Amino acid sequence: MKRFLAFVRKEFYHIFRDKRTLVILFGMPVAQIMLFGYAITNEIKDAKIAILDKSKDHLSKRLSEKILSSGYFVLEDYLNAEHEAEGIFQEGSVKMVLIIGEDFDENLQQNHTSHIQLLADATDPNTANTLINYTASIIRSFQSELNDHRSLPLTITPEVRMLYNPNLKSVFLFVPGLITVILMLVSAMMTSISITREKETGTMEVLLASPMQPLQVILAKVVPYLLLSFVNALAILILGYYVFGVPINGSLILLLLECILFILMALSLGILISTVTHTQQTALLISLMGLMLPTILLSGFIFPIENMPWILQMISHIIPAKWFIIVVKSIMLKGVGIGYFWKETLILVGFTLFFVILSVKKFNIRLA
Amino acid sequence: MERPIIYAKNLTKRFGNFTAVDAISFEVGKGEIFGFLGANGAGKTTAIKMLIGLWKPTEGQAMVAGYDVYKQPEEIKRNIGYMSQRFSLYEDLTVQENIRFYAGIYGLSNQSIREKTDELIVKLGLEQVQNERIASLPLGWKQKLAFSVAIIHDPKIVFLDEPTGGVDPITRRQFWDLIYEASHKGITVFVTTHYMDEAEYCDRVSMMVDGRIEALDKPGALKVHYGVESMHDVFVKLARPEVE
Repeated sequence: MKRFLAFVRKEFYHIFRDKRTLVILFGMPVAQIMLFGYAITNEIKDAKIAILDKSKDHLSKRLSEKILSSGYFVLEDYLNAEHEAEGIFQEGSVKMVLIIGEDFDENLQQNHTSHIQLLADATDPNTANTLINYTASIIRSFQSELNDHRSLPLTITPEVRMLYNPNLKSVFLFVPGLITVILMLVSAMMTSISITREKETGTMEVLLASPMQPLQVILAKVVPYLLLSFVNALAILILGYYVFGVPINGSLILLLLECILFILMALSLGILISTVTHTQQTALLISLMGLMLPTILLSGFIFPIENMPWILQMISHIIPAKWFIIVVKSIMLKGVGIGYFWKETLILVGFTLFFVILSVKKFNIRLA
Repeated sequence: MERPIIYAKNLTKRFGNFTAVDAISFEVGKGEIFGFLGANGAGKTTAIKMLIGLWKPTEGQAMVAGYDVYKQPEEIKRNIGYMSQRFSLYEDLTVQENIRFYAGIYGLSNQSIREKTDELIVKLGLEQVQNERIASLPLGWKQKLAFSVAIIHDPKIVFLDEPTGGVDPITRRQFWDLIYEASHKGITVFVTTHYMDEAEYCDRVSMMVDGRIEALDKPGALKVHYGVESMHDVFVKLARPEVE
């Protein structure tokens, strides 16, 4: 145990003396969460819209004015017919089209209900979502203004259509994805590099010729990264919660346990990489190309898996990050318990065991 | 005669069809400085790796410090020191930290780690630089420190794989003073080199050519046997017979 601690201390020296390591460990998570956070909560200001007012009555004009005077929208054009909407979206000159149906006022007065259609360009789903939400709340306040003097309430039903990306899935919630990427980066990439460094410089040989067991050496190298990854996960959760108001609806303890599971999975992947590489550069390349890119692109973090071609959907099944993101989203956003994601958890356990067994085998082959 | 501290009989290591070490046999006595000579690629490093329990031999027997290389590699590791061909200290750690780290993984007590560290720093004259990172030291100093660290736990045998590569003759001489000192303390020294002047400093040397031991004796006896003036000439005769 004393040997082990001496080793862990040495490992911390390495980490805290290498500026690049420090930047990756502590700079990246903060920088990324700020980047993603602000990119996603960007305020909508002066978004260009077009209006197709089929009734052109007193009330429909009042509604248009209210929307345009809100400060969020600028009028690009009035349309004359529905088919014009398509063209104006394709030009990219507007983000949203508001269509007020015929006989808006009359319908409201007689039937106490009237319809409005909102079309949004969902190629940029975050903006589309925000615009729709803003508009909907303006319409609600318009509706309550009207209802002030009435006994029978009037309802205006906005009918929303997201064009080009109807489901608006996943992109929105960046914190689960970010935790995943950072943990992968710190755990897998950093450990694989730090282990190959010992191989590259020749110190690994001396360590293996010492009374330290190979397993002890590897564990001692991994422990600091386990701790630091965990600190990183906490930092992201705290930043997400306090700076961006991302909630943790489910059990925090369960979330942290799942994080530890994912860290262990990533660490074992890092160890596996280090058993098949001999230089830090190869380790870095394999980690970046083989781990980081799929983790960012194929896990559902940035691009919704549902919209991917069939073959990429198949590949996404073997990306551990995909399953972890599902787990984190379930806990943080849906607030559900283990009953809802025990399958994903088991898959992660399976990945971990698989990588551990494979690395041990590779390691033994190398020693024999 | 006392039992040899290293004993190898027909020790062989094959990688696929390539035989790196071909049935070598030798004995090393306690306290001896045993030179393990040969050109690059002759199989010296492979032989060492089998003796220190890193690689399992393909065939043959070997006992090191009284332990079987097949069955008791862990016991062997506890009783030996090893300085690899490549530089074995951590460049980003200070002199002190390196000493403490290696003393730590060999399981020395805290008190003896402190004592040994201070003693070593004074002995090597490193007081001024003890808190400097290794990277800033000259190569000769690093190698002396690496050797001292390799024997910090007073092992029975120390294996040195090309310990003096790339340093000047004066520093090599100083390095050998450290080796003699260790030998006087009773530590057996098993050293590989391809500097033939260093071979003269050994009690006995073996000459390895293409995985086999071609000659094994005291340096003086070898020179007489081959009728030459220096170990270098012995080596040339053995390694390149076709030149004659």
